[in-house]
Amino acid sequence: MSLSISDQEQLLTGWGRTCPSLARVQPCSSTEEVQQAVRSAGARGVLARGLGRSYGDAAQSGGGTVLDLHAFDEVSYDPVLGTVTAGAGASLDSVMKAIVPAGAFVPVTPGTRMVTVGGAISSDVHGKNHHVDGTFGAHVLALTLIDGSGEVRELRPDGDSAAQFWATIGGMGLTGVITQATFDVIPLTSSLISVDTQRANDLDEVMSTMVSGDDKYRYTVAWIDTVSQSARGVITSGDHAAIEQLSAKQRTHALAFEPKAIATAPPIFPSGLLNKLTIRAFNEAWFRKAPKSQTGDLQSISAFFHPLDGVQDWNRIYGPRGFLQYQCVVPDSASHLIRVALDKLRDVGAPSFLTVLKRFGPANPAPLSFPQQGWTLAADVPAGVEGLGQALDDLDHLIAEAGGRLYLAKDSRQSPQMFARTYPRLSEWQQVRDQLDPRGVFTSDLARRLSI
Amino acid sequence: MNDALGEPQSVLVLGGTSEIALATVRALPRSRLRRIVLAARPSVARNAAVAALTADGIVGVTALDFDARTTQGHGAFVDGIFDAGDIDIVLLAFGVLGDQEEAEANPDLAVEMATTNYTGAVSIGLHVARRLRTQGHGSLVVYSSVAGDRARRSNFIYGSTKAGLDAFAQGLGDALHGTGAHVLVVRPGMVRTRMTEGLPEAPMTTDANVVADIVVKSLRKGKETVYAPGPLRFVMAGLKSMPRPVFRKLPR
Repeated sequence: MSLSISDQEQLLTGWGRTCPSLARVQPCSSTEEVQQAVRSAGARGVLARGLGRSYGDAAQSGGGTVLDLHAFDEVSYDPVLGTVTAGAGASLDSVMKAIVPAGAFVPVTPGTRMVTVGGAISSDVHGKNHHVDGTFGAHVLALTLIDGSGEVRELRPDGDSAAQFWATIGGMGLTGVITQATFDVIPLTSSLISVDTQRANDLDEVMSTMVSGDDKYRYTVAWIDTVSQSARGVITSGDHAAIEQLSAKQRTHALAFEPKAIATAPPIFPSGLLNKLTIRAFNEAWFRKAPKSQTGDLQSISAFFHPLDGVQDWNRIYGPRGFLQYQCVVPDSASHLIRVALDKLRDVGAPSFLTVLKRFGPANPAPLSFPQQGWTLAADVPAGVEGLGQALDDLDHLIAEAGGRLYLAKDSRQSPQMFARTYPRLSEWQQVRDQLDPRGVFTSDLARRLSI
Repeated sequence: MNDALGEPQSVLVLGGTSEIALATVRALPRSRLRRIVLAARPSVARNAAVAALTADGIVGVTALDFDARTTQGHGAFVDGIFDAGDIDIVLLAFGVLGDQEEAEANPDLAVEMATTNYTGAVSIGLHVARRLRTQGHGSLVVYSSVAGDRARRSNFIYGSTKAGLDAFAQGLGDALHGTGAHVLVVRPGMVRTRMTEGLPEAPMTTDANVVADIVVKSLRKGKETVYAPGPLRFVMAGLKSMPRPVFRKLPR
């Protein structure tokens, strides 16, 4: 075998741009092509990759075949049933463009629209409405999966295929290749969000405000200033605005959805630019920018849900060494760990300019789904910070002790022991996976790293 | 698989009793290490190396029989190791210093030196490169030597084997560029080890753990060549540009 690279091979990383590995990227445009790829899988296996928004190594597989299902991009909306059937390669952006003008919204959106339907299901993504609506997977009514033998399976959340269905929700693409899914939608009379904003001067105030607001809002999230000792923050909450809340002028285009890219991050970003000073300045400005208290502000979908989508390739700002996002969940009984986590990150000198706190509602039946009742904290940190590994390992330990865990779609560093300990239903999931993929075709760098 | 913070899980040491390589294993971040294979000829030293690393708290250390000179078996040997799981870091650290004067008098000894240090390294190096290429990630560290930078009267046979190895390793690194696999060429000066015991110390002589720390830092930074200690780079640049009549007259 020659050592040279072929045209089909590409170095792939996650959104955090750490740990590249080389894979053969194969575009598939039909079910038959996917079946063929699965049946002719080599020793390094097969994995479907969407838009590469998972932060770590979930959507890459060194030496393997990575399927690009871009072509599975059809979106059809059934206004009578209130459901969407979409190809796995369709982005939530394209789903929204198709259904918002028709008066419907996706049941759950993460902080970016640039994820595929297949990826949203595999990572079982959540959004600002988790405490009310649960995860994306909880809204899936049916999905089509090509299993490890190349057979096409129709899976549903209840009945005979329930176990396979729930193993696929949050299954990180390791049960098969999802090609299509049907999910329910939220009816809209306008595309605007009515937003209430409140500043809080310390973490206790942030958390108590969020607890009391649980029942009041469909969407809520808090941004935390990790530089300030007090961990002050800004809580934004909202709901879809009814057409009656719009001005006469706004009503003329009540269901408009035209998000625009505002800027693109330059391709080469010096690693030193994001330092303690600039992060401190950013945090200060972000806090000051928010009104002390404001209600009923009408914002667009993209401004409220996906502010970072306005800056294309923003992941480049962390420079060549990349970054990671630490996202954990802890039960309500261990809410003090949020403070501990923020302190630890600050002590190790890993200030984050994007730290988000959110309340989760109850878990769903999927064995590997991340969310569970409690608090979730997500913090971006540069990968090059000295001592970060030990600090995060210490934090992992506390989180595991308390019954919490880390989000696989964000993970790029937890130990296999930490994973196995905090996902106690792993062996149950593996049994179902082994039925769906007896030859062990589906794998990823994440699966190898964590011995999944 | 290395994680986002550069913590490896698995290491293969070719020349599993090499003090510099063992020091490198000790210097690696440990929190994710779970498989260390020491490949060497069976010996008391090899058993001791397994025991010492294990006593140091490093888990998953095992030994495998490997002889750099029997190149026919190299392919199957490397396949066996990689088939059992990905290898994140391969340390190519075997080599013999030999005695220059004896080798001058007995060319068979010189051939043996060349076979181990160069031919054996080319063989196993290519097999390792093939498997790193297949898995799409991983690093190969090749322990070259400043002796290969410019052949000296006093050790040119050893030096020429390292010169060949160094050129091979650089070329291999270029061949693997962009494949996710990576080659780091390390050029230590004189290092205090069993190999150099009893020899007069050269200027800038260093210790195995200093070389090890430099290797670990360079891996983290993704470097392709590094001297150990670092300033040797300037010394060697000077020596390489020296006219031969002057170079010949330098003290050994």
